[in-house]
Amino acid sequence: MSQTNHEVRMMSASGILGYGFPEASLNAALERKPHMIGVDGGSSDPGPHYLGSGKTLNSRLAMKRDLSLLLRGAIKNGIPMMVGTCGGAGGEPHLQICADIIREVAKEHGLSFKMALIHAEQDKGFLLEQLNAGKLRPLGNAPQLRAQDIEGAERIVGMMGPEPYRRALAEGAQVILGGRGTDPAPWVALAMHHGVPEAPAWYAGKMLECACNAAIPKKHDCLLVTVGEDFVQAEPLNPELRCTPMSVAVQALHENASPVIRYEPGGVVHSEHCSITAVTDRVVRITGMQWKPAPYTIKLEGARRVGFSAFTIAATRDPGLIGQIDSFLDFVRESTATKVKALGLSTDDYQLVLRVYGRDGVMGAWEPSKDAKPIEVSLIAEVVATTQEIANAALSLARVTLLHSDFPGRMCREGNMAFPFSPSDVERGAIYEFMLQHVIEIDDPLTMFPIDYETVGAAA
Amino acid sequence: MTRLKDIAKACKSKNAGPFHITLDIMFDDPKLFERVRATGVIRAELIAQLYGVPAESVQFTEYPPALAWKATIARRIPSGAIGDTDIYGAQQHAPLLDIEVPIQAS
Repeated sequence: MSQTNHEVRMMSASGILGYGFPEASLNAALERKPHMIGVDGGSSDPGPHYLGSGKTLNSRLAMKRDLSLLLRGAIKNGIPMMVGTCGGAGGEPHLQICADIIREVAKEHGLSFKMALIHAEQDKGFLLEQLNAGKLRPLGNAPQLRAQDIEGAERIVGMMGPEPYRRALAEGAQVILGGRGTDPAPWVALAMHHGVPEAPAWYAGKMLECACNAAIPKKHDCLLVTVGEDFVQAEPLNPELRCTPMSVAVQALHENASPVIRYEPGGVVHSEHCSITAVTDRVVRITGMQWKPAPYTIKLEGARRVGFSAFTIAATRDPGLIGQIDSFLDFVRESTATKVKALGLSTDDYQLVLRVYGRDGVMGAWEPSKDAKPIEVSLIAEVVATTQEIANAALSLARVTLLHSDFPGRMCREGNMAFPFSPSDVERGAIYEFMLQHVIEIDDPLTMFPIDYETVGAAA
Repeated sequence: MTRLKDIAKACKSKNAGPFHITLDIMFDDPKLFERVRATGVIRAELIAQLYGVPAESVQFTEYPPALAWKATIARRIPSGAIGDTDIYGAQQHAPLLDIEVPIQAS
């Protein structure tokens, strides 16, 4: 793996591991003799549940299908296969389930290789030390972190840069599974492993992280990027898809605060002065990206449990009730509180959240058209409480209050709400929230991300 | 006056991490993009007004390579926290649609 090839070809299979991709596109990629194939596995986008609960975003079946194709392609062609942010959230349980799948596929197909597992879940003792040493700081308007925030977290991961992947490549690992990382990290590592400088390596990684999100028409499909000393070239592997200067520029808008400045561990990628040109009607070349080094920091991501939730869905078609829905819901809140108190519970033990669909259920306080006159509205009544039992009890009282309360001008005394389900109340279990918007200053990018190596498959 | 929804190719919203929403306004016709740009209507202050946030808290970028504007603001409620209504942040774009642009639709 020590060739000094300055044109490096890298493939990304799809936006997230388990989203699926056409097998023909993988085969087309392999015909191009790529230096690696890989896929990003995660995102904070689906919310805090996955990091908090340790569950994977996509199903084991779907991840296995994707990993099986990628693994067999990589081993057959003698190239590395890398997965970033395994299992959706990149914590220890997420990494382990992907490792299990790899071992299973290897066994089924008689494959043998060296595998690296890069751990991203952080030890609370280590984080407390760093906090006390003043190495942990908030980003933007985030509050200062306190020791109890770290102690109370369900799970905290660091977002690794490319360095641990580079180390694993240097150690000869062919299959590298990473815990939580910055999305471009695996590809940046591979490109830099082959001597590509930071700026094009990071730009290439950014192109590849969401695969054919950089192409049109939008599909979950494979992207090939060729990167050199001073350029990045992107093309989709499915002949039905095209990269155009516009589609490539649009990828820079995706899920980023800025399309031209991107903060990464150890530096900032600037693309203000990029030139984006069509090589063919399906291939785009980008030049002029810059990398400005900065002190090395690792972003932290954490989830804490905020309680247990239960909810119910109901709807009203009564114009009299819809016309006074706010005062009615105020009454429901008060009346529920009285009934909950009668159970010997305090109002601190639960929160009742009422979302009004058909009015401002989607945008809440940001809804610009508050005066619209819907003919029906749906309510989702949710209770978050300190225990599931309290959540269930308070929701039950809120539900019956919604159904059977008088209001001025009430015409149907049999009930105010249409419930679509029996049972009406749904337990949601433990729920979580993201609790970190902080970085940690660290001298050695490897210290927070220990790597384990194993030989998978039959001994050679 | 023309409304943005009648001339833009896309007006969209999406999470930029769990604590921010990013709003994109995109065109597919360079000439039309330049005409809208020349009006000076699309700027940080307008986004601030539409979403009821301070103008200085809007991170705003004009991005000609994609014929686009991008604005990033703090979420009302972090993604998935109690009371959130839009985990992916993909349905917070509606106020952009009715932006009035002082040009004649051709």
